[in-house]
Amino acid sequence: MKLVMAIIKPFKLDEVREALTPLGVQGLTVTEVKGFGRQKGQTEIYRGAEYHVSFLPKVKIEVAVPAELVDAVVEAIASTARTGKIGDGKIFVLDVERALRIRTGETDAAAL
Amino acid sequence: MNRKGECDVTRLLARRGAAALPLLLAAGPALAQDGPKIDTGDTAWMLASTALVLMMTIPGLALFYAGMVRKKNVLATMMQSFAVCALVSVAWMVLGYSLAFTNGNAYVGDLSRLFLAGLAENWDKPFTLGSGDSAVATTIPESVFLMFQMTFAIITPALITGAFADRMKFSALLLFMLLWSLLIYSPIAHWVWHPNGWIFALGALDFAGGTVVHINAGVAGLVAALVLGKRIGYGTENMAPFNLALAVIGASLLWVGWFGFNAGSAVGSNGRAGMAMLVTQLATAAAALTWLFAEWMIKGKPSVLGAISGAVAGLVAITPASGFVLPGPALIIGIAAGIGGFWGATALKHWCGYDDSLDAFGVHGVCGIIGALLTGIFAYGPLSATTAAPDGTSGSVAQLIIQCYAVAATFVYTAIGSWILLKITDAIIGLRVAEEEEREGLDVSLHGERLG
Repeated sequence: MKLVMAIIKPFKLDEVREALTPLGVQGLTVTEVKGFGRQKGQTEIYRGAEYHVSFLPKVKIEVAVPAELVDAVVEAIASTARTGKIGDGKIFVLDVERALRIRTGETDAAAL
Repeated sequence: MNRKGECDVTRLLARRGAAALPLLLAAGPALAQDGPKIDTGDTAWMLASTALVLMMTIPGLALFYAGMVRKKNVLATMMQSFAVCALVSVAWMVLGYSLAFTNGNAYVGDLSRLFLAGLAENWDKPFTLGSGDSAVATTIPESVFLMFQMTFAIITPALITGAFADRMKFSALLLFMLLWSLLIYSPIAHWVWHPNGWIFALGALDFAGGTVVHINAGVAGLVAALVLGKRIGYGTENMAPFNLALAVIGASLLWVGWFGFNAGSAVGSNGRAGMAMLVTQLATAAAALTWLFAEWMIKGKPSVLGAISGAVAGLVAITPASGFVLPGPALIIGIAAGIGGFWGATALKHWCGYDDSLDAFGVHGVCGIIGALLTGIFAYGPLSATTAAPDGTSGSVAQLIIQCYAVAATFVYTAIGSWILLKITDAIIGLRVAEEEEREGLDVSLHGERLG
């Protein structure tokens, strides 16, 4: 099992979600985060006081999938989240040691 | 508030209602009231004005300031305005009103209205401010007059809180504001607005409080900012406003409420009030546009904070002038205020390096001075004409010099007096919160509450 963690631009969330459903992904977790990479922040000015805000709002998606599905999922997220401009985000794939469905007690692949 | 030696004897006579006497006699047993009657139109407007001015503090100023501080201090900032309202209301009743508006001497009133003693005696008669030749007759009850003035006494210290946002102890705030209201505000109000006051006698023009309210609060704010020192992280950390939407709502309430502040200072429902409302609107609008365009040109974008700050700057500057100028000069005053306020809140502050957090001095102090001085230039005589002085007071170089004198006196007294009171408060209970409390935020440190 793998955890696919993707940081994407917030307005891409709906598109990414729609691309994942046909692949058999049945759930995902979304967090609103702030971050920066190569994309520079904005400068805000309040009564002459300038603040350079380097943290930009992003969305983090985490979805646990069986290993066989990883490549398809990564490709789906990457292609839908891409705009071609700096700040599109990154995708990381992590190993999942164990999984459990709380309601039924199913484990590992059956829990995904 | 009319502020220029007026002994309005003809108005007093008109109010006596000579035609009503036969009716009174025919009514049978002696009535509790005879003689001059209060004017219901004037009183109605003054009651409404009082409510408008109170609204300027709660929630106007509370929202305006709270929207501009960081999230962790929003509640504490609102608390400062709210608590000052409650505190000064009581202090005014106990002693503040007496020190400001009883006869006393040229520098302060007496104790004849301590705890509002004697108020009940003529409670439903028109109130006369002062006595003798320089007395100013009104057509409203004293209760309304003192209540209207109370709202001014409330907002003035509340304005100061902007200078030391994010770092003052609540206990110190209460003590300092109590002392300041009684020892700084009341005397200056007496000097400028009571016929016995020495600045009144000089002939200085201050219709609704350029000196008494704005320069007074602005300078006190500057002194407080210097005494308390800068916020931790000032200049390096992000201190962006929590929610400018709150600030916009607050500024809008200030704008509308200010009609009570300026037009209500005519102490009557009359032409002067009408003109005061009109010039208030024009100066405010001009100042908002000016700040907006100045910012657009200099910083690249016109900001919401700039627009509302400009409006407030205009409101401040037109305050002393509102009963004395015509629409054209009001536009000029507004433009001057927009430029002056923008300079005071940006260039001056950063150049001098003090942390006047919400620009109490930069906007209220600077624009109060601009307005007070321009009043001396643009005053249009007929607006301040009375039977005793049928030409009124017009703008002139001589008048400008008188205005300078009034501004300087206010500046010096409040600067020194505020400094002394701050030092006393610091010695008794300490002014500034501890570093951890400032980092954590005043809401939770001082009040045990969180915005969420």
